Amino acid sequence: MRHLLSTTELRRETATALLDTAEALKQALLGRQVRKLPTLRGRTVVTLFYESSTRTRASFEIAGKWMSADVVNLTAGSSSVAKGESLRDTALTLAAMGADCVVIRHPAAGAAHRLASWVPTHVINAGDGAHQHPTQALLDAATLRERLGTLNGRTVTIVGDVLHSRVARSNIELLITLGARIHLVAPPTLLPWGVQNWGGDPDGTQDQAQNRAERSWPVTVSHDLDAALPGSDAVMVLRVQAERMHGGFFPSVREYSISYGLTEARLRLLPAHAVVLHPGPMLRGMEIAHSVADSPRAVIADQVRNGVHVRMAVLYHLLASQEEQA
Amino acid sequence: MSEGIIRRRTRLLLRGVRPYGAGDPVDLLICDGVIAELGVGLEATGAEVFEGGGLVVLPGLVDLHTHLREPGREDAETIATGSAAAALGGYTAVFAMPNTDPVADTAVVVEHVYRRGAEVGLVAVHPVGAVTAGLRGERLAELGAMASSAAAVRVFSDDGVCVHDPLLMRRALEYTRGLGGVIAQHAEDPRLTAGAQAHEGEIAARLGLAGWPAAAEEAIVARDCLLARDAAATLHVCHVSTAGTVELLRWAKERKIRVSAEVTPHHLLLTDERLVGYDPVNKVNPPLRTVADTMALRAALAEGIVDCVATDHAPHAAEDKDCEWSAARAGMLGLQTALSVVIATMVRPGLLDWRGVARVMSERPARIGGARSQGRPIAVGQPATLVLVDPDATWTVCGAALASLASNTPYEGMELPGRVVATVLRGEITTEDGKVQW
Repeated sequence: MRHLLSTTELRRETATALLDTAEALKQALLGRQVRKLPTLRGRTVVTLFYESSTRTRASFEIAGKWMSADVVNLTAGSSSVAKGESLRDTALTLAAMGADCVVIRHPAAGAAHRLASWVPTHVINAGDGAHQHPTQALLDAATLRERLGTLNGRTVTIVGDVLHSRVARSNIELLITLGARIHLVAPPTLLPWGVQNWGGDPDGTQDQAQNRAERSWPVTVSHDLDAALPGSDAVMVLRVQAERMHGGFFPSVREYSISYGLTEARLRLLPAHAVVLHPGPMLRGMEIAHSVADSPRAVIADQVRNGVHVRMAVLYHLLASQEEQA
Repeated sequence: MSEGIIRRRTRLLLRGVRPYGAGDPVDLLICDGVIAELGVGLEATGAEVFEGGGLVVLPGLVDLHTHLREPGREDAETIATGSAAAALGGYTAVFAMPNTDPVADTAVVVEHVYRRGAEVGLVAVHPVGAVTAGLRGERLAELGAMASSAAAVRVFSDDGVCVHDPLLMRRALEYTRGLGGVIAQHAEDPRLTAGAQAHEGEIAARLGLAGWPAAAEEAIVARDCLLARDAAATLHVCHVSTAGTVELLRWAKERKIRVSAEVTPHHLLLTDERLVGYDPVNKVNPPLRTVADTMALRAALAEGIVDCVATDHAPHAAEDKDCEWSAARAGMLGLQTALSVVIATMVRPGLLDWRGVARVMSERPARIGGARSQGRPIAVGQPATLVLVDPDATWTVCGAALASLASNTPYEGMELPGRVVATVLRGEITTEDGKVQW
């Protein structure tokens, strides 16, 4: 694996290997006082963030540091980007300084793909516009695997603003690859064009089908959360971004919350084993009730915890295992 | 309209060429820029001889939609380099869009472009005038002054932006009727395309690119056809890109509404499947659409519902393309690849013969743009404004080798059929074997 740009091109065995490595790293660090592995000593990881972020940037930094990499954090506001430097020039500069891996978050879909075409360093996509956020999907998959045992045949319901969500896109692709059924619940205004055709390859003719589970189900779509919950093994609640609230996608915050918010009453509709995920940051009282976010069914802290191990695994697979092969 | 300066050569014999690619080869004697004789075994006395070897000869190509970038972005293209690209592509006339800096919205600017084009002398450069002052869509530019200037502007367009205010569009159509002109509309409802980056469909949805719905084009085309009907005015629809627009044009033409339309070579050949990978060389407005759209556009061009091919040749500096998708400018080079793409998409599949090519790439665009000495029949007494094509040759596109200053071609590395061997403007060879005869 040279880059991690999206979950679309992740084969099932690669994704499983990443999750297994994350699990192994987690066990290795469990209960340790000194959480430091020497694996990436002497390697330089640069996080390049063109959007504000707390958890993802910090998570990558911690992941790098726990593996002894030198981690340099750059944000657009406090760098030459603010002076009008192009993404390409910034990338070439970082590569020239000897960065081994660039972790990029950018508001433009495809920014990580472009970066990978310009520089010889490894590139990890930490979120590109509404396109993808592959490590988020991997940490969600790790959490689901932990809680549900397997993803094969499990139904994951994703509720909220799928249209603008890179979290949703990454998860749909990855979870289908891992054998899950995906059900989307959202108002029609917040669904991507043709999303009902995603996934599912009954003929098994496409190359991708061979990377995926033996059977893959097409994405299903509905607009009734109450009806979807009893058949769900997990619910992933998406954040509704502030700028969407006034974009005419739905009449009012109140109406959205009533129709699509995960309330305590709705929580009771879930089967006993089902879990609640949220990629954060949460808007309590909007898409998720305060009590639901803090309930034992919510695995939000697990997601964050697994995020560090998953990112360690990705860095390991990109930077270390390749060295061993050489 | 005059065609620029007459140059030194006075007698030229094209030996063994096939007008419209039909019949046995004939000789064509050109005197003082006019076809003087047409027949077999013509005397070459005093004439320079060009051995045709059975090449196809067509009337010189006419492009209704070119961006020459001068004045303002001479780093991307100039009138000289754009004229060279045009001539190498088989063109003898181009219509230069007004979205320059300053905007071609006054007699002064259009006359400058016109005169500079005549100085270069490789193709007739017809400036297109802006419909609204500064392309701002607020009030009409001085259309009459541009029409009566030395540039004799007949085509008006705010290309790049849509004249979306329905009242302003109505007035523009009515007013140009009095000038014998045509409004060339860039049909794009701005509210439906706010932030749009790609054709609204499955590919853009997966790539997380905001969609440009087909309805944004079709709604404006439908509205403008109705406005043209009521104003008894002439409308031209730029770069038709959707199958739905084709149906609207059919409806309008059946009702004798005076509407014409163009399609770009890239909308005949390329689809949104090229967006995977996010290379902005594929970013264009209107966006690359689906296979079904390209097929509908090919059929419409063959049938005449879409009148002509126009390149929308849009050079952009490297820094405006070698960046992330959303930051990139929309547009691609087209002049030197247009004929080959038409051969690949229309001639080879049997949708058009060479007469058809002459119709959609020369005769119809010349008529729509009011260029009276272009797109003429290949006959005695007619201007010798011609292109000689080797239909069997193939060539591989290399952006850096094209005559444009910019190199943003989506066909890089592609092998395309058909090669322009020579272009003749009023009896003068402007390009021969891929070289410009300055």
